[in-house]
Amino acid sequence: MPDTRVPAYPMKRDCPFDPPPELRRIQAESPITRVRLWDGSSPWLITDYPDQRAVLSDPRFSADVRRPGYPHVTAASQARRRRSRSFISMDEPEHGTYRTMLTGTFMIKKVEALRPRIQRIVDRRIDAMLDGGPPADLVAAFALPVPSLVICELLGVPYAEHAFFQRCSRVLVSSRSTPEEAVAAADELKDYLTRLLGLKAADPADDLLSRLVTEQADTMSRSQIADMAMLLLVAGHETTANMIGLGTLTLLQHPDQLAELRGSDDPKLVAGAVEELLRYLSIVHSGRRRVAIEDVEIGGRLIRAGEGVIVATDAGNRDATAFPDPDVLDIHRRARHHVAFGYGVHQCLGQPLARVELQVVYGTLYRRVPTLRQAVPLEEIRFKHDMLVYGVHELPVSW
Amino acid sequence: MKVTIDQDRCIGSGQCVLLAPEVFDQRDEDGIVVLLQEDPPAELDADVAEAAHVCPGLAISVEG
Repeated sequence: MPDTRVPAYPMKRDCPFDPPPELRRIQAESPITRVRLWDGSSPWLITDYPDQRAVLSDPRFSADVRRPGYPHVTAASQARRRRSRSFISMDEPEHGTYRTMLTGTFMIKKVEALRPRIQRIVDRRIDAMLDGGPPADLVAAFALPVPSLVICELLGVPYAEHAFFQRCSRVLVSSRSTPEEAVAAADELKDYLTRLLGLKAADPADDLLSRLVTEQADTMSRSQIADMAMLLLVAGHETTANMIGLGTLTLLQHPDQLAELRGSDDPKLVAGAVEELLRYLSIVHSGRRRVAIEDVEIGGRLIRAGEGVIVATDAGNRDATAFPDPDVLDIHRRARHHVAFGYGVHQCLGQPLARVELQVVYGTLYRRVPTLRQAVPLEEIRFKHDMLVYGVHELPVSW
Repeated sequence: MKVTIDQDRCIGSGQCVLLAPEVFDQRDEDGIVVLLQEDPPAELDADVAEAAHVCPGLAISVEG
C-alpha cells in the first residue's frame, strides 16, 4: 500500500508561470525527499540547485530506462522508451558514441550559419500570420511551425508531412496517453522515418538523416538511426515551440520588459532574455530522471544503489542560492547557469539551435508586430498541465 | 588565469564558445572543445570562469 505521507509527484501548479507551491515548499523544507509516483514507487526528489548539478554530473546516476528502479514519467513513457532506446537513455561509453555522431551538426558555428535561414523562416511565418489576421492563434500560426520548419530542414524531413508527425509527437509528450497509444504513435513515426531513411540511402541529400544513413551505415542499424531521428524530430518540435508560445505570453504579462526588448537592437539583451525565460519557465517540468547504480551521498543523504532519483530542474531554476529573487522575471539577469537544458553529459544536444531560434524569434516578432496583444484574458488560456513539456495549447492574439 | 581542458570529458555543448570565443573553439568534425589560449588576459577572467562553471561535462578547469 502506498504511503500517503509521501507527497505525490508531479504536483499541481497554482500560478501558470510558477512551479507548483508544494514543490517550492519541499524545496524550502527538505530539498532531498521521497515522493510517490504513478506506479506507487517512491524515488528521491532533488530540488536544490547544487545537489541537482551534483546528481546530473555524476556517472553513478544512470539514465538507462531498463534498469530496475528507474523512475518512469508515465506508464506510456515506460512502455515506449523500453521498446526503442535512444542515446538519451544510455550511459557512457555507449551514450557518447552516439551523441558524438551528432555534436558536429549542433556545434556553435554550424548553428550560427543557419541563423539567416532561420530569420527567413521567422519572417515568412510572421508575414503569413499578418496576412491571415487579426486574430490568430500564435501557437498554430507561428510558435509550432517555426521550429518544425527548422528541424525538418536540418534533418531532411519533408515539412509537408507535418500534420502527421506533429500528431505522433503530441501523443508521445502527452501525460494522458495510454501505453498502447504511445507505442502505436512511436511505431507509426518510426515506420515513416525508416522508409524516409531508405529513400535517403538511395538518393542522399545535404541533410542530417542522409549523412547518418550513409556515414553510419556500418556502425548503426537502420532501426537505430530511425530511433535517433525520432528523438531529434520530437525534441525539435516540443521544446522550442513551447518556449515561443509560453515565452510570448509571459512577456505580454510583463509589458515593461517586452517594451524594452522591442525597443532594443542589442543582440546581447535578446540573448540574455532568452536565458532568463528558459530559467523562469523551465518548460521541461517533469524532472530529469536517473537511477543510482552505487550508494551515493548527496547533500548529506545516502541514496542507495537501485533507488530512483528525480531532479526537478524547474525548482532548481528558482533556487535563491543560485538566482537571487528567483521568482522575479528579469531579462537583465545573468541566468546562463540555469539548468533548463539539464546538466551533465545528457544536457540538451540541441541547445545551440534552440538558443538561435529563440533569439531570432524574440528579436523579431515583437518588433514586427509591435501592437501584439492577448485576444483573450489569461483565465481562458489552456496551459499544458497534461503534457510532459509545459506551454500553452493555444495563444489567441490580436494586433 | 590558467585554463586547462579535458577533451575526453567534453560533450560538445559549445557553451564555452558562446561565453569566451577568444579562448575556446570547437573541432569541426565533432564539436569537441579546443583551447585557443591557455593563459588568457585578465579581462576575460569572468567569462572563462563562467564557461568553466556552466560546462556540463566538467571539462574546463581554471587556476588563479
